[in-house]
Amino acid sequence: MKLEDKLYLLKFKPEEKSHLMPQEGDCQRCQGRPCTTFCPAQVYKWEGEKLVVSYENCLECGSCRIGCEFTSIEWRYPRGGCGVSYRFG
Amino acid sequence: MGEEAFDAIVVGAGPAGTSAAYLLARAGWQVVLLERGDYPGAKNVMGGILYRKAMEEVVPSFWSEAPVERHISEQRLWLLSPDSALSLGYKSKSLAAEPYNAFSVLRAKFDSWFAGKAEEAGAILVPQTVVEELIWEGDRVVGVRTGREEGDLFAQVVVVADGVNSLLAQKAGLHPEIRSHQVALAVKEIISLPPEKIEDRFNLEDGEGTAIEIVGDSTRGMVGMGFIYTNRESLSLGLGVLLRDLVKSGLSPHDLIEGMKAHPAIRPLLEGGRTEEYAAHLIPEGGWEAIPPLFRNGLLLAGDAAMLVNGLHREGSNMALTSGRLAAETALKAKEAGDFSVGTLSAYRAALERSFTLQDLRRYRKIPDLLATHPQFFTLYPPVLNEAAHEILTVDGKSKEEKIGLIKKRLFQRLPRRTILKDLFHLWRAFR
Repeated sequence: MKLEDKLYLLKFKPEEKSHLMPQEGDCQRCQGRPCTTFCPAQVYKWEGEKLVVSYENCLECGSCRIGCEFTSIEWRYPRGGCGVSYRFG
Repeated sequence: MGEEAFDAIVVGAGPAGTSAAYLLARAGWQVVLLERGDYPGAKNVMGGILYRKAMEEVVPSFWSEAPVERHISEQRLWLLSPDSALSLGYKSKSLAAEPYNAFSVLRAKFDSWFAGKAEEAGAILVPQTVVEELIWEGDRVVGVRTGREEGDLFAQVVVVADGVNSLLAQKAGLHPEIRSHQVALAVKEIISLPPEKIEDRFNLEDGEGTAIEIVGDSTRGMVGMGFIYTNRESLSLGLGVLLRDLVKSGLSPHDLIEGMKAHPAIRPLLEGGRTEEYAAHLIPEGGWEAIPPLFRNGLLLAGDAAMLVNGLHREGSNMALTSGRLAAETALKAKEAGDFSVGTLSAYRAALERSFTLQDLRRYRKIPDLLATHPQFFTLYPPVLNEAAHEILTVDGKSKEEKIGLIKKRLFQRLPRRTILKDLFHLWRAFR
């Protein structure tokens, strides 16, 4: 099963603004760009020289906040009631 | 909400926060229980084992009314090689009889029920509410600022149980940013199957459940564990790996869980099942060394926010429940004394030290470091033990002596005697 299909199973209430705010300067310097692989929802993708943050698919685990070697991702919780809602958990 | 004053504000409606809110409300306190999700449990994920003892100390005989899935009557440990599994298990009729030892649960259902109990007891549950700041008066926490308009709330004590990503514990100055070797990223799927299939495949009688922990191939050499737990009409399947290792590996957690599901020992268990949900969550794995100070003037820290997890035994829900209960008991005593400063609230730490929580975590204090520095426990021992089992169980005309010779030869090729002795010594010493 593909990741996109799994994310499709989940209920998300998106916020207007991203709750994930990487400092682009650090991202440009970052060599390995590990957040593009270790994020369980592949929220971070590079399109050419631009980092696209699909925050509306975020599972709110916090891995990017801790796993980014530059600790460059400003991370907050989505506004109350927004973001992912698990039916099973 | 306006500027309201409560006896206690509890942040986070998981097992730690809700047990504190429930017990304080039952004692007649004005309690507000704040939850950022749409409903309690909406943001909460665990592998799925809830322990009876810690839960019944909050709600006696809870299993007769709570939405538990199955009582766990068998626990297994699997060591995986890429194409085989060596298994050790314990199954007992006494585990299948009341009062039971543990249950599989689904947190969205369970946490909603539990928060409902707190509401029945008189707590005010406010979901869809993020706490953004603590409100201080000098060096004392006197309330919280929520994301709602006019959302300042005040109380004599704030119980912070906002989970592993405890932004509030950081704001309280209790700990610096968590490091990637102190947490595991767990991904999990809920895979639906008819109850009779689950009972057939796992050899269970009605209502009984199995918990399988999996070490080896499925974490691709990273420090971590997989798990399969049986629910009533679904399986909870997933794995957790140390975030530090995952970042370095270049592997995606989604690929890891797909690889795990495709393993020949696991695939037949899932046959015909349908993935209903995919979830991710961090697990505190730092153990004793990672536990922050647990109180400030007017504030107590509980559950994952306090990093109270025994990773090796996958015990966390019991520690969350117990820390929430002890936080409530400490707060009640503080009220009697009329003093919510650290002088009184330090009794919380002392109570945790008298309980299994800090006693176990102290005893296991060397384990996180041992595992992090001995990758062979995850990379070499599981396949070597599988090969040994394969050799000794294959009847092919070789004498047993010859087989034992072969096993030893292969073993010592990959793991010199000295390494094995050192590993055993380190393992023994780590538990002392």
